[in-house]
Amino acid sequence: MSGRTSSFAVLAAAIAVVALAALMASGGSGGHQTLDERVHEIGAGLRCPVCLNLSVADSPSKLAGEMRTEIETQLRAGRSPEQIRAFFIDRYGEWILLSPPRHGWNLLPWAVPIVGLVAGVALWVALVRRRAPRTAGEVTETEHRRIERELADLEEPG
Amino acid sequence: MSAGVDETDEVREAVEPDGRARSRHRWRTVAFVLAPLVLFALLLATGLGRDPRELPSELIGQPAPTFSVPRLDAGGTIDLGDLHGQVVVVNFWASWCVPCREEHDALAAAWDRYRERGVVVLGVSFEDTREAALEFRDELKGDWPLADDPGSRTAIAYGVFGVPETFVIAPDGTIAAKTTGAVTYEWLTDEIEGALRAGNVE
Amino acid sequence: MPALVGTLSLALALALAVYGATAAIVGARTGRPRVVESARTAAYSLFALVVVANLAMLAALLGNDFSLRYVASNSSRATPTFFKMLALWSADEGSLLLWNLVLGGYLAAVAFRFRRRRPETFPWALAVMFAISAFYLVLVLGPTTPFATLATTPLDGRGPLPLLQNHPLMAAHPPFLYLGFIGFTVPFAFAIAALITGRVSDAWMRITRRWTITAWIFLTIGLVLGALWSYSVLGWGGYWAWDPVENVALLPWLMGTAFLHSVMVQERRGMLKVWNLSLIVGTFALTVLGTFLTRGSILASVHAFAESIVGPLYLAFLTLVLLGGFGMIAWRRESLRAEATFDTPLSRESVFLGNNVLLLVLTFTVLVGTIYPLLAEAVTGGKVSVGSPFFNRNTAPVALLLLFLMGIGPLLPWRAASPSAVLRRLQVPMWAAAVTAALLALTGAGVVAVIVFGLAAFVAAATVAEMVRGVQAQRRARGISVGAAIGAAVARNHRLYGGLVVHLGMIVAVVGVSWAALADRSSEVTIARSEIVHAEGYDLRYDGLTTREEPQRRVLVAELTVLDPETGDEVVRLKPSLNLYPSASEPIGTPSIRTGTPFNGMVDLYASLVTVENDTRASFRFFVNPGIGLLWLGGAVMAFGGIVAAWPTRPRAASPRGPEPMAERREEVTV
Repeated sequence: MSGRTSSFAVLAAAIAVVALAALMASGGSGGHQTLDERVHEIGAGLRCPVCLNLSVADSPSKLAGEMRTEIETQLRAGRSPEQIRAFFIDRYGEWILLSPPRHGWNLLPWAVPIVGLVAGVALWVALVRRRAPRTAGEVTETEHRRIERELADLEEPG
Repeated sequence: MSAGVDETDEVREAVEPDGRARSRHRWRTVAFVLAPLVLFALLLATGLGRDPRELPSELIGQPAPTFSVPRLDAGGTIDLGDLHGQVVVVNFWASWCVPCREEHDALAAAWDRYRERGVVVLGVSFEDTREAALEFRDELKGDWPLADDPGSRTAIAYGVFGVPETFVIAPDGTIAAKTTGAVTYEWLTDEIEGALRAGNVE
Repeated sequence: MPALVGTLSLALALALAVYGATAAIVGARTGRPRVVESARTAAYSLFALVVVANLAMLAALLGNDFSLRYVASNSSRATPTFFKMLALWSADEGSLLLWNLVLGGYLAAVAFRFRRRRPETFPWALAVMFAISAFYLVLVLGPTTPFATLATTPLDGRGPLPLLQNHPLMAAHPPFLYLGFIGFTVPFAFAIAALITGRVSDAWMRITRRWTITAWIFLTIGLVLGALWSYSVLGWGGYWAWDPVENVALLPWLMGTAFLHSVMVQERRGMLKVWNLSLIVGTFALTVLGTFLTRGSILASVHAFAESIVGPLYLAFLTLVLLGGFGMIAWRRESLRAEATFDTPLSRESVFLGNNVLLLVLTFTVLVGTIYPLLAEAVTGGKVSVGSPFFNRNTAPVALLLLFLMGIGPLLPWRAASPSAVLRRLQVPMWAAAVTAALLALTGAGVVAVIVFGLAAFVAAATVAEMVRGVQAQRRARGISVGAAIGAAVARNHRLYGGLVVHLGMIVAVVGVSWAALADRSSEVTIARSEIVHAEGYDLRYDGLTTREEPQRRVLVAELTVLDPETGDEVVRLKPSLNLYPSASEPIGTPSIRTGTPFNGMVDLYASLVTVENDTRASFRFFVNPGIGLLWLGGAVMAFGGIVAAWPTRPRAASPRGPEPMAERREEVTV
């Protein structure tokens, strides 16, 4: 049926567009950045040790401010973002990273949303395509009751 | 009260095939559904009894990060390099920290017992003001050296995320032990003795 | 004295809960309505007793009764009266009192609502609610009782945590949140009752529909207030940190929203029965999971109440809910067969299913991200963090897809649509999207902005077009004015128009959130007295410090004047402050915000004070946050839409077919 094919096509197109947007959004900002922006970017990936769940870039706590200073000092000294991250990991453990690093078990949380989305779409397709023994034209009991109710409604004034 | 709405349920019941096969199938469905839920509950159960704020230390066995910090209770600086060959107990603390008060006696007792043997207890102030820190010292009357930590560089270097945290540094300069929370006298003596023994072997 | 009164009334309430559950079940099984009546009365008495317990604690707080450990830990003589009252729910034990109060309130409300006519499942639903009340009463009486006394009475209390006495929002956020969470108990109870009795037709959904929407409204308001509190009080310039406790409050909202949509499919087509029962069991289970993670000391969080030994109790209850609820659904599987199938993907049912799927994917993502540190520690022993970057990246694409469905859903009729009809209805929204996208692209906005705002325009136009279509139909049919037509259209179909308003509110909020995410900027500046520094497109001048002494704290207020860089005119005078509490390690900052309005380009100017050196120098964090105001506006619109959707319709006279049982008379007419 061309109607159903075109519906799936519309859906596929929508997903493609959104996926594109998502990819764009998660890509980092290329090009030249100021020192402040670089400190912010590194800090945004590190967890503030004292304030729980805020990044070093966001946290208003004093220690976070001192860590930002530390990041800035190291950037000025020419160290790369990976080296700076390693510096913190060596001292605080992988816990200091706000996103789990993508290796070993930690791939699980990264995989889950994608797998979930694929599984969800598959479920949707499966449920929508499921054919019942009856044809599409029949009326269910629920609908029958509803039709009766609405007929009764129509008979009433106003 | 139930006219109309539930007729269909009764009709269905009458028309279903009977029997034990259905019952077995039912139990299978139930078991199939419940199994992952039980696993989930077990997973959550593993979280019980753990302290969510405790972090394992990355630094045990590693060389202790060097530092040179200004003294708080006197003039001059303390440089960790100068203390090489001695056992050093570095205690991060603050005047606003309640467990720091609780552990004060344990630290004082350890200091008294081991200072003759060259063990140094050093208190490093964390996120605190000079005035509050000195008031704390005056009130509790410890007498081991205290140091300030400008910019918290030492705390960051040691991966400190709260107070109190205490590190025991062996004579060879590596970190022998670390604990978060108030230290006990027993822990201190155990670790200091262990570090001293390791130093004597060399 | 308050301890005695409080404990006694809670103990009596517990006894009543046990009695009520037993009486309701016995009365139902043996067919004795008088026994069920006694259970109903027990519900009223239970509520009254819990009110008494709450009043006892309130009296203790206001009367500075420090013999109670809770009062000594969470209040002090110097605490202002308003915040003394709020201390009732600012900590674990006290908030449990509030939880019981709200639960008792819902129990009494259900008893009242069905005082005359009631469905067969009513006694069982009441029993389930009594059982749940019993659990929370055991908790409040047991290990974490707020009425524990101290051996020696201190002279003064420690006072509330500084963060919790800084802002009056503390008054509103927890109650709304609790009204939302606990509200889902009602549809859950009726669902379980339906499963127990085998009466698994749609009645349980229709009976509780308004309760579900009400719970959803409260939860939405509670979440938005939480975001507002985070933004206005915590001073980090953001409104949502993906903190574990924030996440567990979001989870029931996501699943509850899915449920609100899929019930409509079951009502119309008799499909998705297992799905709906599972969703309501899941939503309720998520609220229990929320209390478990918040109070069971499982995850470190800015909210988590510390050191609780009741973790195992919560876990046991959660396990019971999960196993019992899903077990019974599996048990009744045969009775829950769908009466129909989806005819085509291009129908409202299919879109609603898609909405559900996406919302569940979001729920699953947030759940896994929140729980993962626990799993990682169990398996590897190491600790990892899962924070904002993970959640933002993984929820954004799904949220955008959901947005798209929100646009086309109302455009599609039930059962099936002809592609040509749909395309006709899509014309205006597509034009709106195209024009918006073109304008944005021409003014140099990035690809992401073009797509997101184009999509938002599409959905907004589609939603408004639907509303207009309905109103026009009324006008044409009855020849009345626009105003009257609007009234008539809404009156015919509360749910549809309420839902459309909610969608509009959602769009407004999404636009605000996206705009802020794409365009917010901030920097840290240190300014000397009377000096002017340029930051983020504005000139900032530090105009000095004033100190204010209050009984419970000292407040340092810095004056930061924001100037227009071109004209030198004063844009606003911000007054961020630092609050020094004697018990706190660091001063607590209070940010100063100039809220964005349509008159100033919808841009928030936000400053927080980091450090001061007397009057001579100060460090600030200065934020320029566009669009945040739209988030609050969107939240308000969503709440309003929910109220429209839940608005009671006039009861109708009995239809010729005979008395209608406890189900809605009016069915929606699709336009």
